[in-house]
Amino acid sequence: MAAFGIATGGSNWFSALALGVTLLKCLLIPTYHSTDFEVHRNWLAITHSLPISQWYYEATSEWTLDYPPFFAWFEYALSHVAKYFDQEMLNVRNLNYSSSRTLLFQRFSVIFTDALFVYAVHECCKCIDGKKAGKELTEKPKFILSALLLWNFGLLIVDHIHFQYNGFLSGLMLLSIARFFQKRHMEGAFLFAVLLHFKHIYLYVAPAYGVYLLRSYCFTANKQDGSIRWNSFSFVRLISLGLIVFLVSALSLGPFLALNQLPQVFSRLFPFKRGLCHAYWAPNFWALYSAFDKVLSVIGPRGFLRCLILCALSSFMFGWHVHEKAILLAVLPMSLLSVGKAVDASIFLILTTTGHYSLFPLLFTAPELPIKIILMLLFTIYSISSLKTLFRKEKPLFNWMETFYLLGLGPLEVFCEFVFPFTSWNLKYPFIPLLLTSVYCAVGITYAWLKLYVSVLIDPPVGKTKKQ
Amino acid sequence: MEKWYLMTAAVLLGLTVRWTVSLNSYSGAGKPPMFGDYEAQRHWQEITFNLPIKQWYFNSSDNNLQYWGLDYPPLTAYHSFLCAYVAKFINPDWIALHSSRGYESQAHKLFMRATVLIADLLIYIPAVVLYCCCLKEISTKKKIATALCILLYPGLILIDYGHFQYNSVSLGFALWGILGVSYDWDLLGSLAFCLAINYKQMELYHSLPFFCFLLGKCFKKGLKGKGLVLLIKLACTVVASFILCWLPFFTEREQTLQVLRRLFPVDRGLFEDKVANIWCSFSVFFKIRDILPHHIQIMISFCFTFLSLLPACIKLTLHPSPKGFRFTLVSCALSFFLFSFQVHEKSILLVSLPVCLVLSEIPFMSTWFLLVSTFSMLPLLLKDELLMPSVVTVMAFFIACATSFSIFEKTSEEELQLKCFSTSVRKYFTCFTFLPRIIQHLFLMSVITMILLTTMTVTLDPPQKLPDLFAVLVCFVSCLHFLFFLVYFTIIIMWDSKTGRSQKKIS
Repeated sequence: MAAFGIATGGSNWFSALALGVTLLKCLLIPTYHSTDFEVHRNWLAITHSLPISQWYYEATSEWTLDYPPFFAWFEYALSHVAKYFDQEMLNVRNLNYSSSRTLLFQRFSVIFTDALFVYAVHECCKCIDGKKAGKELTEKPKFILSALLLWNFGLLIVDHIHFQYNGFLSGLMLLSIARFFQKRHMEGAFLFAVLLHFKHIYLYVAPAYGVYLLRSYCFTANKQDGSIRWNSFSFVRLISLGLIVFLVSALSLGPFLALNQLPQVFSRLFPFKRGLCHAYWAPNFWALYSAFDKVLSVIGPRGFLRCLILCALSSFMFGWHVHEKAILLAVLPMSLLSVGKAVDASIFLILTTTGHYSLFPLLFTAPELPIKIILMLLFTIYSISSLKTLFRKEKPLFNWMETFYLLGLGPLEVFCEFVFPFTSWNLKYPFIPLLLTSVYCAVGITYAWLKLYVSVLIDPPVGKTKKQ
Repeated sequence: MEKWYLMTAAVLLGLTVRWTVSLNSYSGAGKPPMFGDYEAQRHWQEITFNLPIKQWYFNSSDNNLQYWGLDYPPLTAYHSFLCAYVAKFINPDWIALHSSRGYESQAHKLFMRATVLIADLLIYIPAVVLYCCCLKEISTKKKIATALCILLYPGLILIDYGHFQYNSVSLGFALWGILGVSYDWDLLGSLAFCLAINYKQMELYHSLPFFCFLLGKCFKKGLKGKGLVLLIKLACTVVASFILCWLPFFTEREQTLQVLRRLFPVDRGLFEDKVANIWCSFSVFFKIRDILPHHIQIMISFCFTFLSLLPACIKLTLHPSPKGFRFTLVSCALSFFLFSFQVHEKSILLVSLPVCLVLSEIPFMSTWFLLVSTFSMLPLLLKDELLMPSVVTVMAFFIACATSFSIFEKTSEEELQLKCFSTSVRKYFTCFTFLPRIIQHLFLMSVITMILLTTMTVTLDPPQKLPDLFAVLVCFVSCLHFLFFLVYFTIIIMWDSKTGRSQKKIS
């Protein structure tokens, strides 16, 4: 009994948080799901029923395979479990098939794969120093970080209602970040390479990884003032990094190279013409160009993290065909910074609150309305209050303008969802709520981006790396 | 209060769980011709909106009492009328006389679920939050944890938001009554409790402790002075509130009698369906319902009920205290549940509410009881296809309690409040030191049995000769648990005040 007692005792708050959110995810099983559900069912069917050579050519359904090969293998592995739930979902011709068993399997697969995300959060908590902590559990940075990541509103509604697999993918990214903090650079690089071959959207943050690994791993030492010591360049390290990336890519793209299908795969992954591709990257690159100089002198894993977030946010701001879900790419790593400094906490809160609110139009059905409002309130009130408590000894997190802006989200929601639908303009201009939401959130996200940019440019170089 | 944001988080979490459970099926979904409790509530909205008050409780061509006739007191009827009024604005088809029978749609389900949530939010949840904030001698963190655990209690959530009922209204009013009376706001407390009784007559299970506690207070103040004044004021409050609620039905004697006939259907027999009380379990061996005549059945249940609750009530009258009041509420409600007439399995919620209130004092036993109370309703929950939400909410509740109160470390004699009892027993049997260990082993066996029975009920088919085997097993096992808890809570009550007095004498 004592052992059982220790296991469920108050000291195991992390397990309680993780188990609690898992149970909440189980309760979200019967909620509305979007077409992404059918997308993944289709991919289960394609990878299960067809040979590899057909995977990137199959087009019975409009939702063709447009993720890199590792994700296809992932769906293939899942399909072997799926066949015990409902064999029919693996038939390519069963378009929009969604029996209750299919639903159960798909939802559980998301919940189950989130285990990687939980592990990554656990590792990230190890990287936070608890110096600022009080004795109270709920005021410890580790607790707040775990709560902010495990119970992240955006992840909950995008993965477990709308239906996607961002949980374990974000877990891979957070784990690679944690490995950098723990000075296990090779592992971090390997994890990121694997992640890229799961979902290529993470290319947005690849520059951050590239620059950081070059700067802090390939150059093994720094001068006294923190700038680069050029003669400490290690070819061995550069080559081993290259080898890792090469091997992972070979594993992923190798089979398709052998089948001469690489062009087809790339056309599925990057569905634009050549010209637009260049145009897509240009503003992104331009936005980062002026930061690279500073970035090269911003060292240490903390600097890398800021750079990564900046990359993710910049691509969100200027990228082509960006989905509002991409805001999660910036929000989740930002949580790691938010428990460190008050300035970062303030940026995080503005970014997260507006970013999460911008996800509201994803759930437009009536039964899900209370869920999204209550969960949003839960996350927002908790995040703001806990971070305010953590940094209560420093100056307030928000000035009057920012407070006003954040409070304005309430009336905006009331107007868009409760007032507007009953007015006469609803028929003539039904897009107005969406427009208002996008514009209002764009203001907040841009403001957060600018603030982060400025803080990266102004702040002195973060720390010094020890000799590797 | 400090850390208000954590309390807000606890409330919001409770609301999330409630609404996500409500996405599942309800009682009688898609099962004509009778459907279930959901249709009953919709029907009452139809009746109260379309018919004049005088016809609400009477059988007529427009109001067929065989099809979900009103059998709750007037306040339920008024609440239904209010909901119907709102329904008329949204979609009059929902409550159209006769033609809306068996109406089911996604929009209507949303409306009905919303009415439950709003009632909960207005009455029950504020009461729980206030109760936890007013708890004495515990830290803020523990108060918030208690609020979270009470709000996560699966039984109430599954019945109100799954099966579909409005128990949170009557339980909320009762809780306001308990709050008022415990903190010396006697008049407001009794008013709230009268509202509770006038919402659901099952709240009468709680009436004796209220009566004894208030009477005890009057005695303490002295029947010749302030006590008498208090007694008269209380009597006036009760009478006034009853008159106010029943005003339309007091105009004719026949009206009042008909309502009483609907509320207390003595013709329906000792019990209906499977319920985890003594009579149902007894009838497994001895068909008491068929053998004994009606009036004997009533007499027996009356005697047993009162015999089992009398000691605690007398103690409460002689030594009124808020703590004694809470525990007496538990034992009284449990006695009524086990021995009374026409008990339904949902009535266990009337016992669960007081047990929730003592969660912070005896976390281990309370958690155990609350788990068993949810388990006892398993057949009902399975019938409504609520297996997944049941399992999830039970696990969530268990984790919340285990983490908040470290219940497995609190099984010593003192923490189980059995110290006085054990000391008394050790006067006769010096080796009586193994009580905590016995209780721990019993808990383990109990959990294993509950999990086993649940798994069997879900996966296996009962044998053809005994189609109700699993339901009866569930009821029987739950009944044994409840008897054990009745003994336990009675021991706490009886031995507690004794040491309280003797300790005062010593010090």
